[in-house]
Formats: sequence, C-alpha cells, structure tokens
Amino acid sequence: MRKFVDRGVQYVLFLSAMGAIFIVFLILFFTARESIQAFREIGMADLLIGTVWRPGQGSFGILAMIIGSVLVTLGAIILGLPLAVGGAIFLAEVAPNWMREIVRPALELLAGIPSVVYGLFGMVVLVPLVRQIPASRNTGFGLLSASMVLAVMILPTITNIAEDAIRAVPRQYKEGSLALGATHWQTIVRVIIPAARSGIVAAIILGVGRALGETMAMIMVIGNSVIVPQPLNDNPLTIVLSQARTLTGNIAVEIAYATGLHESAIFATGVVLFVLIIIVNSSARLLMRGEAT
Amino acid sequence: MAREASIRQIGVRLSGGAQKSNIAQRHVIQQLAFALMWLAAILTVVVLLLVVGYVLVEGARVVDWEFLATPPRGGLSAEGGISTTLVTTVYLVLLTAAIAAPLGIGAAIYLVEYAGEGQGTSGLTAFLVSVARFGVELLAGVPSIIFGLFGYALFVVTLNALTGGFSLLSASLAGACLVLPVIIRASEEALRAVPRAYREGSLALGATKWQTIWQVVLPAAAPGIITGIVLSVGRIVSETAVFFVTLGGSHHAPQSIKQGGRTMALHVYYLAMDTRAFEKAMGTGAILIVTIVMINLAINLISRRLTAGLKGR
Repeated sequence: MRKFVDRGVQYVLFLSAMGAIFIVFLILFFTARESIQAFREIGMADLLIGTVWRPGQGSFGILAMIIGSVLVTLGAIILGLPLAVGGAIFLAEVAPNWMREIVRPALELLAGIPSVVYGLFGMVVLVPLVRQIPASRNTGFGLLSASMVLAVMILPTITNIAEDAIRAVPRQYKEGSLALGATHWQTIVRVIIPAARSGIVAAIILGVGRALGETMAMIMVIGNSVIVPQPLNDNPLTIVLSQARTLTGNIAVEIAYATGLHESAIFATGVVLFVLIIIVNSSARLLMRGEAT
Repeated sequence: MAREASIRQIGVRLSGGAQKSNIAQRHVIQQLAFALMWLAAILTVVVLLLVVGYVLVEGARVVDWEFLATPPRGGLSAEGGISTTLVTTVYLVLLTAAIAAPLGIGAAIYLVEYAGEGQGTSGLTAFLVSVARFGVELLAGVPSIIFGLFGYALFVVTLNALTGGFSLLSASLAGACLVLPVIIRASEEALRAVPRAYREGSLALGATKWQTIWQVVLPAAAPGIITGIVLSVGRIVSETAVFFVTLGGSHHAPQSIKQGGRTMALHVYYLAMDTRAFEKAMGTGAILIVTIVMINLAINLISRRLTAGLKGR
C-alpha cells in the first residue's frame, strides 16, 4: 500500500513539474496561432517596417512601437545606469553596515511598488514638471517622463544583480591588488570591475528586458500616440519630449476591442515583443554562465 | 595557472597608474569617487522616499474608514471608496494562490527530491526534466502583458463557456502562470536547504520516500515555501497588466468566480486614466503601498525566523 501511494505521488509530482513547460507551450501555441493571420495577410516585412498603424484603414505597421520601446528603454538605461552601478559598487565594496541596512530594504520596496503607482506618480508629478520645458506641442507626456519612471523601476533589478556579480569576484584578486599598494578605489576600477564585467553587463541586459516588458506605467506617461518619435522643433534634443507608444502599450490599449485582422496584428505585436525579450534574456543568461566557469 | 595569469595582469594594470599619481592624489581621487557612490545610494533612498512619501501624504487626504468601506460609484464619476476593489483583490489573491501553490510546490518537490543532483533519472524523464527547468527560467522572464495576451486568448475567448469570459477565474488562471516561477524557485531553494541527514534519518527508520518528504522535508522547508507564496501574493496585488486584459474591470464585487471585477491596482489605473480623479487614485495607491510594505515585512520576518531556526539546529 505504501509503495503504491509512493508511486502515485511521484507521477502526480512529475505532472506538476511538467506544468511550467506546458504553460510555455500553451503561450507559444496561442500567440502563434492568433498571430498567423496577421503575418500571412499583412506580411512580415510590412508589419515590421511599416510605420503607419491605422487599424480602421487596414494599416498595421509596428515599427513606430518598436522604436518607441527601444528609445524609452535606452533613456531609462542612460538615466538609471549611473545610479544602479554606483549603488551596486557602493553596496558591495564601500557601504558601512548601517547604510547597507537602509539601502537594501529601500531597493526591496522600490521593486515592490506596483507599476500603476509609478505611473500615477509620473502623471501627477513628473509630467507637469516636464511640461514646463518650453517647446511647442510639449504635453509633458512622452519619452522623457516615461524614461524617468522606467529608470526608477529597473533600478532594483540592475543594482541587485550587479552587486551579486561584484561580490562574486574572488577575494584574492582584491587582496593581491591591495597588497601591491593600490588604493581601494584603484582596486575597484582596475581589478574588481573588470573581473565582474560580464555579470554587470548581464545585470544591465536583464534591466533592459524588464524595461521592454513594462506596460501600465508606460501607458500612463508616454502619451500613446502612434508616431515615430521626432524632435518637436529645430533642436534635435526635443525628441525626448515627443510622445510615443511602446509594444506593450499597443497590446494593452487595443486588445479588448480589437477583432479580426486587427486582433491578429495585436498578437503579432506580442510575438515580436516575446522574441525581443527572449533574445535579451538569453544573452544575459549566456553572459552569466560565462562568468560562472 | 589561470589565477597566476590574472594576478600578473593585475600587477600590470596597477603599475601603469601607480607611477603617475602620488599617494595624496590617489587618496583625493578615491575620496571623490566614494563620495559619488554615496550620492548614488542616497539618491536611491531619496527617490524611494519621494515616491512613497508623496503618494502616502497625498493619499492620506482621502483615506478614512468611509473610503475603505464604501463601494466606488463607477462609470466616469470618481465618487465612492474602494471597498469592492479590496474584496476583489482578496478573492483574486486567494484563488490564484490556490491554483499556483499546489502546482508550484509539487513541481519544486519533483525537481529537487526526484530529479535533483545525484538522483538516477535517465532517458526521456531526464530530458523532460531539463526542458521543465528551462521552462521555469523562460517563464520567469516573460513580461506580464504576454501572460495577459495569452490569458485573454485562452481563458477569456477560447474557454469562454467555462470561465465566463472576463472573470475572476480567467484572471487567476493567467495570474497563476505569472507567479508559478516565483513559487517554484522559492520552494526549490527551501527544499535544497534542508540537510541531507534529515532525509537519510527518516529513510533509515523505514519511512518511504513520500513519507519522508511529507513528514520531514516539507515541514523543515515550510518557512521558505511560505516566503515564496507571500512573494507571489505581492506580485498579484501589484500586478495590473495581466488583469487589465482578463478581469474585465467592473466596479462591482464579483458574486461568483465567473464574474469580473477590478483589483485596487486596476482601480488606480481607471481612476487616473479614465476619470482623472488623481486624489482618489492617490488614496488607493497609498493603500496599495501600505499593503506591499506589510507583505515585505512579513517576508523579512519569516526569513529571519528561518535563518534563526537553521542556526539553532
């Protein structure tokens, strides 16, 4: 009897272990099945490089959204990177214990705050601030506001993983360098950071993955106009004030009322996003594996 | 060999700079660099205080007992409180955990106890296990809107007759997919931390493998597993994208699992985007932040007890 129970339990547990891969399969199957019509009728090329998205008139190009996602992510990385990497080195090498006890929970909480709350904060505080920048057609909603919100949201991801990478550097490297007369800072810059480089890069890439996937906060502050972001006037820097739409926003905003080819094109947007994320995450994983050996 | 080579490299890197700058200069540079890093860390904390402080202070203006206990009026009016969204959030958390926890814990037990290191599995089973491990890793990186998109296609549209379309059931099934990797990973870690000697002792006493797992390993791993479940509760409370496309967004509390609703997080979105009722949205956001802080505290408490318990043994 006990043997019988033992066997039965093992099969049940095996099935639940297969659950995860079953879900991956279901996700791939359903997004592929629903998007096939779009890929067939619109064509891979027109879908990917078309800049006009007018579902009512049968135009389904998602290039504007791809560019929007990429630009807002780039902005978030530019704004967030110094804080994240500086914070990671600080936590791993410089911080006294009491300061670590403050920063760690702060990062934990930053990671836990719901994205709608960030979006709300962006709408109420950042957007009116950005609107103060004098430029015609500047609504405050756009790439700059969205990048600022996103920079804070990916900060915990990058800081935590980069800190782990720095901590994983063997003690002997550090001790060897210090023994040779280098200051702590020289040791950090010339020995520790080069040794942890691939882990830090992996942390940044994972941050990119997180940024590309963010949805609600982006919808709330980026303006959602389907345009390829352009400078508002002669000053090329005003491109950061341009509205945009992300791939994720395109899915969330339109899926509920989309039908037919339009719905299929939304699923195609999902496929493109999924492929992008898989490329980004696997390259990070490859880098981290290289680090471990 | 490799280490010798890299230590030599270190020497080369160091000698380049060391000749140029004297000791005083090097210390000034170090002080400057460390000051910048302090600044980065302080800025991080300031940003947190700014966001949390602003939302809590602004939110506190509208939050009172009435706000918590009255249902929202719905439509484009911002009247009313958040009672039904609180109820919906609790329902959704419970239902999602009920679906995801058994599946996730079961998967973790199999991966650690039956297919872990040193366990003799071969052929098809070994292949399936490595595929499953890859699946968990992949799921953990999938952005939530993809879970939403998939949940919409499968649960809301295809299985409409079973789930009632936009409903608690659809949303919690999609949510369960989202938190499954969280639960599996935390449980795996907790199970791995249980000393081998526990298992060997139990097996030596004549218990079967399952009896050992059920009566010895699982109780020892319980705090870590519970941490995983609490973590996923936090994910469900703060998640919006998945439920935006699966839960429907009705401001009424669902009467059955086949009816839709809106969680607090969704309510923040609707208030801010559809109604532009920022004060009420801040109030709801403040409640959300308080909830998340309490969840974080709970996790810290459990893991502190966990480490204390392991040290005591």
